[in-house]
Amino acid sequence: MTKKDIFIVSAFKENSVWRQILGICSALAVTNLMMNSLIMGLGVIFCLALSGFTISLIRAWIPRSVRMMVQTLIIAAYVIIVDIFLQANLPLISKQLGPYVGLIITNCILMGRAEAFASQNKPLDSLIDGVGAGAGYTLVLLVISFIRELFGFGSIFGIKIMGSWWTNWSIMVMAPSAFFILAMLIWIINVKFYKAKA
Amino acid sequence: MDISSFVLFWAAIFTSNILLTNFLGMCSYLSVSREMESSFGLGISVLFVLTVTTGLNWLVYRYILVPFDIVYLQYIVFIIVIAAFVQLLELVIERYAPALYYTLGIFLPLITVNCAIFGVSLFMVIRNYNFLQSIAFGAGSGIGWMLAILMLAAIRRKLKEKLVPTGLQGVGISLIITGIMALAFVGFSGIVQVQ
Repeated sequence: MTKKDIFIVSAFKENSVWRQILGICSALAVTNLMMNSLIMGLGVIFCLALSGFTISLIRAWIPRSVRMMVQTLIIAAYVIIVDIFLQANLPLISKQLGPYVGLIITNCILMGRAEAFASQNKPLDSLIDGVGAGAGYTLVLLVISFIRELFGFGSIFGIKIMGSWWTNWSIMVMAPSAFFILAMLIWIINVKFYKAKA
Repeated sequence: MDISSFVLFWAAIFTSNILLTNFLGMCSYLSVSREMESSFGLGISVLFVLTVTTGLNWLVYRYILVPFDIVYLQYIVFIIVIAAFVQLLELVIERYAPALYYTLGIFLPLITVNCAIFGVSLFMVIRNYNFLQSIAFGAGSGIGWMLAILMLAAIRRKLKEKLVPTGLQGVGISLIITGIMALAFVGFSGIVQVQ
């Protein structure tokens, strides 16, 4: 596989959220505003790419029996970097994201990529795989948050685009809508692109 | 934050359910809810581990991380505490209650990566709970999580004989059911306000 293929496969064909149903927690929790989703997505891309790279780099020296713990600690180290960076530079968003930045550690996507890809492939390939998987994840976040922010607040990235006639749908800001929209998204993608069979 | 532990306990179950309003622990929730028995087993394990680790993490945070000024290490420390506790629990159960080990044993490794456990510890730090509040919040969240997975498992069992659109089968329909459940739980939300 070329580098480009790796990216496309992990970002779209085997997208973590809609194909493997991983990382749903944060995909639902941070998607009420597009800005939060974008920042969260970038954070995940950063952690995925670098933790994949690091794990792949030292994969020959990790004993099999403790590899989960080692992988978790490597991921945690990068998550701490993201968390401190956000607290220092984007304190408001850091406060809104709350515990969900720290929860990147237990995001199944990171563990999944570490196990399935980084522990068996070259460092550079793992880096690209991480960026790909992160980009696919960010894409899902942005689609969900686009719908939720548009209907819930009448805005996109905080910029009002609906006129004064618009009544906000408060349901879109609350939890249930996230479940419905993700379900619809999975439905559409299954039917459109994967030709779900009876 | 001055909210009594008793109120917090009920709030964690109903008004701010860890799964239905905070979306934590979704992965195992979706994958295990196919069967009632395993849902119950996992629910009980989550409840127990959640209650104890929240208490442990509070002690660690208050008496180790804060005095030594290494709060930025909280993520790593919390994860290690949770993993170590689960490992220990596995050993103890295997040694003293083999029958229980066969029913619950397979769920314990799943729990280390369950984000509900880690998430509750983080909420506890962010919201500045005291020890009793933390235990109550942990136990309430555990019961809330168990309630949610049992409800979904029960509905999915009924759903087995029903016709579901092909593209929606499996995860899709589970998410929609969860959405409706969350909608029902929104009804509780006016009673107590926990952030």
